[in-house]
Amino acid sequence: MEFLLNLTIYFPLLGVLAFLFLKGDNAVKWTSLVVTSITFLLSLPLLFNFDVAGSATPQFVTEGSPILSGLDIKYLVGLDGLSLLLFMLTTLFGPIVILASWNSVKKSLVGYYSMLLILQTASLGVFASLDLVVFYVFFELSLIPMYFLIGIWGGSDKVRATIKFFIYTLVGSLIMLVALIYLGYNAGAATGVYQFTADWRFISSPEYTIGLVEQTWLFLAFALAFCIKVPLFPFHTWLPYAHTEAPTAGSVVLAAIMLKLGTYGLIRVCMTAFPNAFMEFAPWMATLAVIGIIYGALVAMVQKDVKKLVAYSSVSHLGFVVLGIFAFNTIAVQGAIIQMINHGLSTGALFLIVGMIYDRRHTRMIADFGGIAKKMPVFAVMFMIATLASIGLPGLNGFIGEFFILNGSFFSELYANKAYAVIAALGVILAAVYMLWMYQRVMFGPITNKENEKLIDLNGREIGLLVPLVIFMVWIGIRPVDFTKYSEEWVDTYITLSEEKSITVIENTSKEDIPNWTARFYNIDENQSEYRLAHQGK
Amino acid sequence: MDYLHDLHSFLPGIIVAIAGLTVIMLDAFKKSIAISYSVAVFGLGIAALFAIQSLFGDSGTAFSGMIVYGGTGAFGTVIVLLGALFCVIISKDYLEDLDLHNGEVYAMVLFSVTGMLGLALSNDLITLFISLETMSICLYVLAGLMKNEKIGAEAALKYFLLGAFSTGFLLYGIALIYGATGHTNLVEIAGAAEPTLLFFAGSALLLVGIFFKIAAVPFHMWAPDVYQGTPTTLTAFMATAAKSATFVAFILVLTRMLPDSEAGDWTNVIQVVAVITMIVGNLIALAQNNVKRMLAYSSIAHAGYLMVGLAAGTAAGYSGVLYYLFAYTLMNVGAFGVIAYYERNHGLDFTEIDSYAGLGFKMPVMGVMLSVFLFSLAGIPPLVGFVGKYYVFAAAVQAGLIPLAIIGVLASAASVYYYLRVMVYLYFKEAHKEYTLKQPSFLFKTTLILLAVLTVYYGIEPVLPTSGLIELIHSYYAL
Repeated sequence: MEFLLNLTIYFPLLGVLAFLFLKGDNAVKWTSLVVTSITFLLSLPLLFNFDVAGSATPQFVTEGSPILSGLDIKYLVGLDGLSLLLFMLTTLFGPIVILASWNSVKKSLVGYYSMLLILQTASLGVFASLDLVVFYVFFELSLIPMYFLIGIWGGSDKVRATIKFFIYTLVGSLIMLVALIYLGYNAGAATGVYQFTADWRFISSPEYTIGLVEQTWLFLAFALAFCIKVPLFPFHTWLPYAHTEAPTAGSVVLAAIMLKLGTYGLIRVCMTAFPNAFMEFAPWMATLAVIGIIYGALVAMVQKDVKKLVAYSSVSHLGFVVLGIFAFNTIAVQGAIIQMINHGLSTGALFLIVGMIYDRRHTRMIADFGGIAKKMPVFAVMFMIATLASIGLPGLNGFIGEFFILNGSFFSELYANKAYAVIAALGVILAAVYMLWMYQRVMFGPITNKENEKLIDLNGREIGLLVPLVIFMVWIGIRPVDFTKYSEEWVDTYITLSEEKSITVIENTSKEDIPNWTARFYNIDENQSEYRLAHQGK
Repeated sequence: MDYLHDLHSFLPGIIVAIAGLTVIMLDAFKKSIAISYSVAVFGLGIAALFAIQSLFGDSGTAFSGMIVYGGTGAFGTVIVLLGALFCVIISKDYLEDLDLHNGEVYAMVLFSVTGMLGLALSNDLITLFISLETMSICLYVLAGLMKNEKIGAEAALKYFLLGAFSTGFLLYGIALIYGATGHTNLVEIAGAAEPTLLFFAGSALLLVGIFFKIAAVPFHMWAPDVYQGTPTTLTAFMATAAKSATFVAFILVLTRMLPDSEAGDWTNVIQVVAVITMIVGNLIALAQNNVKRMLAYSSIAHAGYLMVGLAAGTAAGYSGVLYYLFAYTLMNVGAFGVIAYYERNHGLDFTEIDSYAGLGFKMPVMGVMLSVFLFSLAGIPPLVGFVGKYYVFAAAVQAGLIPLAIIGVLASAASVYYYLRVMVYLYFKEAHKEYTLKQPSFLFKTTLILLAVLTVYYGIEPVLPTSGLIELIHSYYAL
């Protein structure tokens, strides 16, 4: 199984190697399709053999040896409850994005499919790596193919969009790199064996705690990088731009997988390693998340371009995920994890659908459409399901995630204010407004534009790539437990662990040792037992 | 027997010097450029093999303490020789096209490599000075190769005048240090150093001389013009081999000559120079439209990153710097090589970034390789440039210089913009007109592919089971 995990991660690269020996466009396309499909099939045994009850411990672990005797940076991959579903989502999307590009990409195919395959390996690597330096390497590696995907195969303003995307994310992650190095030395000193360690299993373990001052700075540095990637308001400005200019497959991967790297990192690193800072900053982050939910929804409402509308809806939806993460209770974090998958499925599907209509009409303006439901009935059904899933209609996946998150946030001790959940719930209503209004303008009414008379319905390939997504949308909506069960144990364990860790840190801190601002920020006074009682008495 | 031991310790240098003399004699009596070229390549190659062997050998001093072999110096020797070897191999086609393919070019390269090897092994200020001059004088000649072009003449004159000026500083510094301590041997100086004004002034002047050679701000003025006016493959030689040799000498001065006491604490100065160098180098590079000038400023910025490692002043810092020099040599020779290839097809003015529009699809191998080298220079994982930067910045963080590391990563974030800009032109812009590209020669192409493969390989090597490079470097300092 360990070998299988590695094989799954690197199998797409074999496809890139194969391109060196291939001639002809069709050979390239079919190779990519076969390679990504095999990658998906290879990942299935991982899912079936995953020990659900032990999801808190990484499984299928491959562990290399440290690069230097004192420097514990090593190749370390494995899957646990947090990463498993996202890993599976990534392998699922592999063949789908290849199929989605089948006829729409005509320029330098070898380059295009190589980029998609490298991106696949990079994303799988991020989710599987448990050494933070290796995590960082994959995290950054995913930028390069996306840079080229947008830059070469993108729309009219692609250069600005892709450079903005690249620099924006890079600045965040470089600051994170410094923080990561600091964290590594700090953790290394705590091991007593190494000078430096980036092993997540140690960093998240109860034996290792970080002082409050360090936690604050480290949290801010890591959170900045992840929030840019999510993107959380006000760091979102690169996203609509990148989405609009990217080719369909690029948008799908960006929305379904790359944005998740941010929310995933928030849980993986910020929650487990810096619990005190995580808890104190939670209301602030939640405020940004709620602003993002409402702001994203309002801006989406006035968009004239369908793709931009979906892009802004992403800002809104990911606000929910962040809100759930920082609510810091089992139900909300569970909701956040399942909502990451949901957002991947439904927004991924919406971008695919926008791409399909764009291929036919070479426009994405809402005003250019109208009444096409009559011409394209199958398309109308698919579009409807994706739209409703995105809105959060009960019975479809979006509802489950949003319900968990709102429910958890409502009772969250960290927020201590029900306003967050109440205002965020308005976002759900707004989502219904902008999505349904858009759907109505595009699909219903009389056909006003002659061009639309000639539209033909989806072909087998297009239906084939949407159907799996629709199946999962319904499946998660009806039986969420089939999916939430994977992360249940993980979330329970790490929320308890992080809480205990935060209490240990507080107990071991006295007011004299830390600067005033830290004491005020973390409410440290002479009597720390009060803090302890408050947190235990829930 | 001692005599043999001495010779053995400087064997690579001797081989290169003999090769240089052979080339010059061949050029005088038998004008066959093919033979001169082969002698240069084989001379450097054999010397490199011996140098690699010396990596695993013992260390000590030779020539009555004038040179120190093994350890830092051995690694420096390898970097210099590999850099020179790659540059010479890719020079052939390029210089032929420029009509500059003479035996003297290789003689000058070989003699300057001899100087660099001495520099990388110097254990005495006299050795350091003589080696530095041997290296520099040959480089002045190489900078002036394109003597009929305005930029060529400008490069040579500027390099020579400013170089001579900075040598004055260096020599004056050596004189003052000798006056203060009565020694020229690095280790003996460290033993005798007192925190007197004379010693401080001497060390300061010595550092100014070194800063000039590594093009640290504010002593960088010569670099862009010289890099632009020199034939591209030789620019690569200057930017990698010469810089690496000087950096290795810098490490030797810092670790061996400057004592651990107050008298030798130049950390703050190096920090400040590193910060200015990173910021200025990167900011000016942002505004460049000529790819060679852009790479010149980027190489100034890279000197800044390297100094971050020196400022850390720890074993991790010095080994980070050595690793970075190795990484820098691979990726910079590669980048200059591809630029030389494009230039070869279309003449000297073909280094303006605008003329790169759409070239990436023309000759896909070259485009991909230039992208790999530039991403590596930008420090994007999983390429060797990232690993180098990682070690250097990690050393700074470990030494408690967190602000320095943050400035460093922000500066390198800014640098990404100008590296990406080249790729924007290569791939995202449409070509203005149809260019036909020549086929690169087999040797040229293979060398560049080898460099690209090494750039990727050493990017992932740290986590491979076969890893060991950093361990080897680290062992030089694990005392």
